[in-house]
Amino acid sequence: MPDIEKLIPPPLRRPAKPGEGNGNGNGNGNGNGVVDLRQPTEKNGSAATEELKGKLKDSPADVVGWVDERTGASNIVTALALRKVPKGTNWFYTLGSATMFAFICQALTGVFLAMYYTPSPVEAYASITYLTNEVFLGEFVRGMHKWGATVMIILIFMHMARTFFFGAYKYPRELNWVIGVVLIILTLVMGLTGYLLPFDQRSFWATEVANNITASGPFVGPYLADFLRAGPEIGATTIQRFYAIHMLLVPGLIIGLIGAHLFLVVKLGTTAPPWVHASKPKSLRRKDVG
Amino acid sequence: MNRHEKEEYLREYEQLKKKGKPFFPYAIAKDGVMFVLVALIIVVMSLMLGAEQGPKADPTTTSYVPRPEWYFFFLFELLKVLKPPWLTPVATIGIPTLCMVLLLLLPFYDRNPERRLTRRPIAAISGFFVIIAMAYLTFLGANAGSPTEIEAKVPASLEEGKLVTAQSGCLACHQIGENGNNGPGPELTEIGLRLPRATIARSLYIGPGIMPSYAGLPKKKLDALTEYLASLR
Repeated sequence: MPDIEKLIPPPLRRPAKPGEGNGNGNGNGNGNGVVDLRQPTEKNGSAATEELKGKLKDSPADVVGWVDERTGASNIVTALALRKVPKGTNWFYTLGSATMFAFICQALTGVFLAMYYTPSPVEAYASITYLTNEVFLGEFVRGMHKWGATVMIILIFMHMARTFFFGAYKYPRELNWVIGVVLIILTLVMGLTGYLLPFDQRSFWATEVANNITASGPFVGPYLADFLRAGPEIGATTIQRFYAIHMLLVPGLIIGLIGAHLFLVVKLGTTAPPWVHASKPKSLRRKDVG
Repeated sequence: MNRHEKEEYLREYEQLKKKGKPFFPYAIAKDGVMFVLVALIIVVMSLMLGAEQGPKADPTTTSYVPRPEWYFFFLFELLKVLKPPWLTPVATIGIPTLCMVLLLLLPFYDRNPERRLTRRPIAAISGFFVIIAMAYLTFLGANAGSPTEIEAKVPASLEEGKLVTAQSGCLACHQIGENGNNGPGPELTEIGLRLPRATIARSLYIGPGIMPSYAGLPKKKLDALTEYLASLR
């Protein structure tokens, strides 16, 4: 690396970051491209160490430093980790991240289910039977996906109830509430589309009713039901359509919206519980009471 | 919220934040405990309750009651509460859509800057009402089984139709005599008086409204079913 650096004319060399190196770019004093720590007399000791750190950022040895110099990630990570959460933050504030964790569980178990599942009316049921009975831990992973859905639904509703009762949807977090409601609707869509995929009796007839319910809607209802069913009756095309919605369309939307949701949470901060107040100076407090 | 109230909130929030603790390690520790708890619950539920596979989907029989996943029970039960057919679209589309719009727009019509629940009586009452209503409807849905037997006596020639009716999940949504659920579908005890035989056959064939179509049943079963229903008077 240092040899390449030498070929670059000094004005074009990478300047040192403030407080790093000797303020001289990567050009170094002894001219051989290697910092020799055995000669601390020539330089002040910490400056030499700094320079060595600068060197390491150009070599694969210091992976974190290398990545950080190119992304500035450490600033972001530090800012995220050390940002303050307001006074009074309690266990109710873990419901949102718990919901996200349940979603991550669903995504992971879903990937494993997709490795064995065949979205066709002839093979869907048999592939689930094979997965449940033959595949190592197959029933366990399918159980996690099935019950994980229940856990996620409970958590997302508890998270919404917390936000509602704490008044956390008010200024300046209105937009985040709207995103959250869309996420709840999408989660319910996941539940509905996932129900058909095992293609047992319960799936089939429940989807039939759900589709008829859609069709009973005004104006767009019948068209939407036709689109979902993708034919005169539930069959091959329906399963493939639900499969694509269940594992591509809606998860993509959910991931994007969770990103937006989290961005706003970090930007605006989480609320304090409504009963916690910043204590006011005594003179003001007396005026409040009187 | 007017500008003054907004500024007051932001100022107070800034103070609360100054007094707070850093996200790492305090908040993340709670989140971590919660992650472990959620993972444990999912694993234990999977191990205890498993993932049983029902009988294979078969359009020619309805030996299984069409029932949604439990978190849709409240919507399904709504259909029983709003039973008249002209109210069905209200229950299937109207109320859910209204609820979604009300939820989405909540921050735009609730402009009261107060956050303490004791000072938001309308929000508190409607919030608790919605929770109780949803819990009650879910409870009803969880307990609404589907009987597979019809007690009323029939002549021998209609026995087969009675059996098909009982086993085809009709009673999940219809009441026949003492058996079955009163809704979402209309009562069938005297359906033979109200509808001619051909109309009954056609209803079974097309599946009117939200009812599933029974066109997939073998012709012999479908005929027996029609015969039995037309005899109810």
